This record gives sequence, structure tokens and C-alpha cells, in this order.
Amino acid sequence: MKRVRVLLFMCAVIAPTGVWADEAKPLGENPQVEARLKTLAVELRCLVCQNQTLADSSAPLAEDLRREVREMIAKNMTDQEIIEFLVARYGDFVLYRPPWRLTTTLLWLGPFLLLLVGGTVLVVTLRRRQKTLPETVLSEEEHRRAERLLSKGNT
Amino acid sequence: MIPEIGHFALILALCVATIQGTLPLLGAASGNASLMAVAKPAARGQFLLVLIAFCCLGAAFAVNDFSVLYVAANANSKLPLHYRLAAIWGAHEGSLLLWTFILCLWMVAVTLFSRHLPEAMRARILGVMGLVSFGFLLFMLTVSNPFLRLIPAAPDGRDLNPLLQDPGMVIHPPMLYMGYVGFSVAFAFAIAALLGGNLDAAWARWSRPWTTVAWCFLTVGIAMGSGWAYYELGWGGWWFWDPVENASFMPWLAGTALIHSLAVTDKRGGFKVWTVLLAILAFSLSLLGTFLVRSGVLTSVHAFATDPKRGLFILAFLAVVIGGSLLLYAWRAPRVGLGGGFDPVSRESMLLANNVLLVVAMGSVLLGTLYPLFLDALGLGKISVGPPYFDTVFVPLMTPAIFLMGLGPIAQWKKADLPALAVRLRWAFGVSFGTAVLLPFVLGKWTPLLSLGLLLALWVVTTAVVNVRERVTHLTGDSLMTKLAAVPRAYWGMQLAHCGIAVLIVGVTMVKGFEVEQDVRMNIGDTTTIGGYTFKFDSIQDLMGPNYTAARGTFHVTKNGGDVTTLYPEKRFYMVQNQTMTEAAIDSGLVRDLYVSLGEPLQGGAWSVRLYHKPFIDWIWGGCLIMAIGGVLAISDRRYRLGWRREQAAAA
Amino acid sequence: MKRFLLPLAVFAVVVGFLAVGLTLNPREVPSPLVGKAAPDFSLPQLYETEKTFSPKDMAGKVWLLNFWASWCNGCKDEHPVLMQMAKSGEVPIYGVDYKDQRGEALTWLQQWGNPYPLVAVDESGRVGINYGVYGVPETYVIDKQGIIRYKQIGPIDQDVLHKKILPLVKELQTQ
Repeated sequence: MKRVRVLLFMCAVIAPTGVWADEAKPLGENPQVEARLKTLAVELRCLVCQNQTLADSSAPLAEDLRREVREMIAKNMTDQEIIEFLVARYGDFVLYRPPWRLTTTLLWLGPFLLLLVGGTVLVVTLRRRQKTLPETVLSEEEHRRAERLLSKGNT
Repeated sequence: MIPEIGHFALILALCVATIQGTLPLLGAASGNASLMAVAKPAARGQFLLVLIAFCCLGAAFAVNDFSVLYVAANANSKLPLHYRLAAIWGAHEGSLLLWTFILCLWMVAVTLFSRHLPEAMRARILGVMGLVSFGFLLFMLTVSNPFLRLIPAAPDGRDLNPLLQDPGMVIHPPMLYMGYVGFSVAFAFAIAALLGGNLDAAWARWSRPWTTVAWCFLTVGIAMGSGWAYYELGWGGWWFWDPVENASFMPWLAGTALIHSLAVTDKRGGFKVWTVLLAILAFSLSLLGTFLVRSGVLTSVHAFATDPKRGLFILAFLAVVIGGSLLLYAWRAPRVGLGGGFDPVSRESMLLANNVLLVVAMGSVLLGTLYPLFLDALGLGKISVGPPYFDTVFVPLMTPAIFLMGLGPIAQWKKADLPALAVRLRWAFGVSFGTAVLLPFVLGKWTPLLSLGLLLALWVVTTAVVNVRERVTHLTGDSLMTKLAAVPRAYWGMQLAHCGIAVLIVGVTMVKGFEVEQDVRMNIGDTTTIGGYTFKFDSIQDLMGPNYTAARGTFHVTKNGGDVTTLYPEKRFYMVQNQTMTEAAIDSGLVRDLYVSLGEPLQGGAWSVRLYHKPFIDWIWGGCLIMAIGGVLAISDRRYRLGWRREQAAAA
Repeated sequence: MKRFLLPLAVFAVVVGFLAVGLTLNPREVPSPLVGKAAPDFSLPQLYETEKTFSPKDMAGKVWLLNFWASWCNGCKDEHPVLMQMAKSGEVPIYGVDYKDQRGEALTWLQQWGNPYPLVAVDESGRVGINYGVYGVPETYVIDKQGIIRYKQIGPIDQDVLHKKILPLVKELQTQ
């Protein structure tokens, strides 16, 4: 029964080749579980390795955790519940997407604050420039000086 | 004996660097020509000494001198010669020597191509570079000496980290360092100009080619690092937002901003204060990157052995160099003039806006990279900031930047007419928008990100086409060829580099949108099909490498019954390092990569196998290469070649 | 002048953090379980395989729970310290043999000495996951109410023993 289901699934996702007898089996028993595991695991950090996701790591602990997550998926737990399970044991460190907390507010808002500050400074500078600099010929003069310097050095 | 010669050469180089870092600067300050004249021979002498040291370390590796601690730790008698030589920069001490060597290389380049510079300017530039080199030589001689002896000598070495035993790793670090360290030239130009008080358009014109060359190297270096991760780490990713990758990406973003800002300073005399800050920033970020990699304050896949003393030294060095330059900046910058005026809608303001976006992007990468450290230092807990964060933040920041990329080159200097711009670009926008919305449907899947990526890429290319067309029609000439030839190479370089970005975006968009992955269990004779390609697992053999044993699989790939290729992924076991490595087998193509990597042997002679079909992935690195070629084209422009020929004539 | 000092100010802040960062270990992840009840389990024992061990058996006592394995290098480093603690009898150390082969674990204990009154066996690593173990050796200090009071990540050395673990144990014992 299981084999039939696997084959049916493979027909659904990939182009059927006609060679049914020795088609390779997907590693996970249940492809839907594997797909969910994959989407979850790429956002989770493996603790023992230097800096790898749970999906990429081949460390034994990562394998155990994947097994654990697989079982939770099979038990129909939501993503939120699975993440809570891991965070309760290992802390926020396991999450590659830091959760919204007071301490991470600056992290999430930072880039947009920077953009806001950058944009404001840009507009203010441009305005002030226009006021203090009503079309000078200074730059032309400077440019000519540069040319002079260059040609002097070159000849 | 040879290691001692190398060690001694480093000590001498430190002495020379001391002289180079002081006398010429004093001479420039007091107008003493004989003191200034010290700079050039000192720089060349230092180069020779560091070259000797470099060769000595190379010789120690070549002859397997395991009485040298660094050689014993990073090589093995069974390691092939080319990897033994690459092992020079395989770990901390040696890569610092490479850093210093490349810095000296850049110094010599400055002495060769700076005849047109005023004496004081050149003396200051070389002086500043001498000070930087002083810091690195001191670092090496105090806490990271590659020539330390191991007594008694080890019978054999502990071998090079297998991850680094790869052709990509042989060239990736030198490329990357050429870029990192190359920004030291732009930095030295900026500091020299601040010291001398002559921050003008000429300064910008001089430092432009140097910055572009460094940027090209950095671009290629980062691309190679990414390509290496793709096939060597064995799980098919090409960018992980790892701290070490970010450390190389931040100077790239700052350097890209610098290139554009320098263009304005050169052409229009504007943004001087901003440009000089960017020059300081680009090099500071290179130094910061060095610190992050060496000190172990952040965990990374690329972790080097760490030592708190080393971290402290680099931090102190960082504080002195960057702190000192920023102090000088704060002191001198207020006196710098504003330069040419321009309208809020003009090429200048668009370039400035693009600069702001690039710097904000850089700041965000910095924030994300250091944030875990900030929280930890404040005792607020440990978090991880990874790809989901960077992806979320980066796309909205880059989208307007890339939109401006199409707009900027077509807008006039000083004052641009917005309605007229809209008219000129209406076709470009219409075509790219229409295609971007419809093309994903043709490809079989529509997501907003897919459309956005295609839109941005097409926008860059179509605006470039409009721009070139307008430019050529405005030229006078008989034939199209003469008209095209009349367009300066710098212009072609710019357009090409922009198209490189478009190619890169296509690569990223297509891979993220359409890649297919399969983890399967395969017995000999099994087949599996992915992306229309059928992989047949033909056989697996044992193999002996020079310093490893391997299991090599043979996968025959067919499409619609026709042969495509045969792939040989390997699972290697490096005996000395006691490490297992996955060597993926990849069939690269213009529109797709086929990727096979062997997982673990399973029960019953089967293997777990990971297969990918990755559409357009090579466009990612191709785009980077095109960008770098654009840069090279820009510096081969007539005005630089003329200058160089005049110098040659003057020298003869 | 002031706005030109801004980059320097930002840089100074970053350097300050980096300096503090140098003193920290980025690989040590603090456990969210400290201050919470020790997760319950029932595991077979190493020596008397038909019997089980559960933290409930330890109610009313202050004790240490030490995750170790015969394949783990750090465990060998901390082993003399554990032996010394066992000899002094100040606090009982219960072992959990984590993802190990029984035979090898027995040989290991015979060779280096056994500091544990009792060793439980976590073959699948499940209990380890419930305790947030991510690298052996790891040691938990558990109080009379069964609350985890401290987690030592990595080997216990003399410094940790005398500055952290023993004072804490004494304080908990008097409660």
C-alpha cells in the first residue's frame, strides 16, 4: 500500500519515465512530511555545527532533531507548536528568523530606521545645498584646475 | 635555515615599514623633499622583503619541512604540491602573510603608476599604506608568526583542512584579498587628501581606477567563494549569509557606493565629503571583516582557529586605524567645499540616493551580523540571525536601488526633466513590466518574487538598450560602427556592469523560483527523474586519492532517451584529518545545472543521494564575472591609457 | 564639526561591543530550562538493565545530572573532577550515558573509574533533547524541588567546580 502511494506521488511530481520497476524511493517515508520538514528545517539552526541549518547539517544531533520534528509533523502539530517545542529546549538560538521581542525590535526595525534616516539626511542635504549654492561656477574652475594638475604631471 | 630567513625578512620588513610610515609623512608635512623621496624605495624594499618571506614559507611547504609549526599543522607529505602551496594561505598565520604580501603588491603598483601625482600626495599615500602594513607585520611577528619552529619536528603534518583542498580555494583567497586590500589604496588616497587638504576633483580622478580594480577583484573573489561553497559544501546552497560571507559583502557594498560617488566627484566635483567617508568605510569594513574572521567573536562555517590575544590585537589595530581616520575626517571634512550645484532631480541626486540605499543595505548586513553579539554582550540572551532575516530585509532595500540603476545613467547631470525621462523610458518600462508579469506563467509558475526579480532584471537591460541607442543617435559619424567606436569604453564598462547585475538577478530569481531538489534512496541500477532528466545510478567504486580514500558513484544522465552526461560524485574520507567530505558532481549549463551528491551508505548497498536541478544558477556567477569585466573595460578607457602612455614616455 | 563626528561615535560603540564580545563564547547557548522543573523521564539503568531511573527518585535531594558518553573527548577531561567530587561525597552525580554503546560505556567506566552512584542510558538521545543537550558533557544542578538551577555546558573544571557548582549546591542544600 505504502509503495503504491509513493509511486502515485512520484507520478504527480515528476514526469513519468515508464521505468517503474526500479524507480528510486524518496528518503522519507512520507513525501508530504518531508516537504514540511524541509520548509521548517531551513529556518532552524543546528546547535552543534558552526553555522548550518538543520536541513543542511549531517551532525548526529541534527539527525535526531529532524527525526523528532518528523514525528511531530506526523502527529499533526502546527509549525508554531513545533517551533515552541524546540525553543523551550534550546532557546531562541535555534531560530534563524529571530522572533519579534523587545530585544529584537531594533534588529527588525533597524534597516528601515536607517533608510528613514538616510532618506531624511538626503532630502535635507539636497535642500540646504540648493539654498547655500545658487549655481556656482566653482566646480568648473576646480575641474580646470584638476585638468591642469593632471597635464602638468603627465608631461 | 630557510624559515629563519623568512622570519628575518619579516623583521626587516617591519623596520622598513616603520620608516615608510613615518619619514614620508613628516616630509610631506614639512615640505622636505628628501624625506618624501624615501617613500618609493621603502615601499619597493618592503615588497622585496615580504616576497622573500612569502617564498620562504612556500619553500617550507614545498619541501615538507615539518619542523615549522605552521607547515606541520597545515600540510602532509601526501598532500599534492599545488595544495601544499595553497596551504600557505590555508590558515590564520599564512593568510596574514598573504594579506601583507598583497598590500605590498599594491604599494609597488602605486609607486609604478603614480608619476603624475604631486610628490607630497604620493609620499602621503605610501606613508599611510606603510602604517597599515606596519600593523599587520607587527601582528604577525608578535602573535601570528608563520615561521615558528616545532622542536622536535613532527614526523608528518596534520594535513590541510579537506574543505580547502579544492582548486577554487587555491585562487579564491588571493582574489578576495586583492579586493579587500585594494581598498587600502583608495583609503590611503583619501587620508592623504585629508592630510594635505587637497580634496578636489583631481583626487577623485586619481583614485577612481584604483578603486575600480579593487572592486573587480573583490567581485570575482566573492563570486568564487560562493561557487566554492556551492560545490564543496555539498548541499547545493550558494549564499548563506554567514558572518564570513557578510564580512566580504559589506566592503563590496561600500565599494560599489564609492565607485559611484567617485564618479560624481570626478565629473562634477560634488559629494566630496561623502566620497571620502566611503573610501574610509570601504577599507574599514575590510579590516572589520578580517577581525570578525580571525577573532572568533562570531561562529561561522568558515571558522579559523581562534586565540583571544589575536582578537585583542586586531581590535586595537582596528581602533587605531579606523578611529584615527574618522577623527581626521571629523577634523578636516568641515573645511571641504560643496562642489557643483545640482537639482533635486538630476543624475547627481539619483546617484546620491543610490548611495544611500547601498549604505543602508550595508548597514543592515552589519546590524544583522553583529546583533547577536550586541545582545550577548548586554546579557540579553543568544539569538541567531540567518538567511530568513537577511532575505526579508534585503529585497525591499535593493528594489529601489535597482530601479534607480536604470534611471540614473539616462538622467542628465545637474538637472533632469522627470516627465521627459518618463517619456524616454516608457517603452523600457512597458516591455519589462509586461514580460515580467507574463513570463512566469509561460514558465509554469507565478509568484510575486519571481515577477519582481524578472522585472528588475529586464528594467536594467531595457533601460541600458534605450540609453545606448540614444547615445549613439546623438553622435555624428558615418556608419554605426564608427559611432559605436566613438563611445568611450568607460561608458560601455558601466552598461556592462549594470547588465551583469541583471544577469545575476535572473540567476537568483530562477534558482529560487524553479529549483527542484530530491533526496532519494538509490540502489545500483535505480533511476530517478528530476526536471526532465533521468539519473541512473550505474555503479559505485572504491578509489584511492593521494591523501584520501573515496567511494565514487557513476550516474548516467539521460533526457528523453538521449545521453546527456555521466556524473561522478564522490564521498571522500581524508585519513589524516579524519574527516568525511562530499564532492558533488555537477554538469553545468547555460540554462541549468545538474547536481548530484552522495549522502550516506544505507542498508542493503543503497545510498542516500541528493539531486538538484538548478535552472540558471550559473548566471549568478556569470553576472559577477560580467560586472568585473565591465569594471576592467572602464579602467581601460582612453583617458587612463593616454595617461599611462604619457608616463611611459616620461620615464623613457 | 559635530555631525562629522557621528561616524566616529558609531564606530566607538561598535568597538566597545566587539571588545566585550571577545570575552564571550559564541558557541555557548544558555539553556531556557534553568529555573524550570527538570523534565521527567524513565530510562533503563546501565548496570542493572531491568531497572529504570527517574528524576522523581531524587525528590528532596540536591543532585547533579551529568550527560556523558564514551565517545566524547570532553568527558575524559572532566572525569577526574567528577571522581574527586564523588570521593568528597558533597553532592551525588547521576550519569546519563548519551547515545552510546553499552559495552563501550562499561569499558570506559571500568578503565577510568565510576563517579556515579547510578547511570541511566539514553540510547536514542530523546531525553537529551528534552534537556536541551547539544554537546556532551553537560551537567545540570537540580534542587530539592526538582528545579534546574544551573547548567554547565562543556567539561566541569576546578574553576567552575569551586566558584559555581559547589557554592550553589551548599546554598541549595541549606534551603
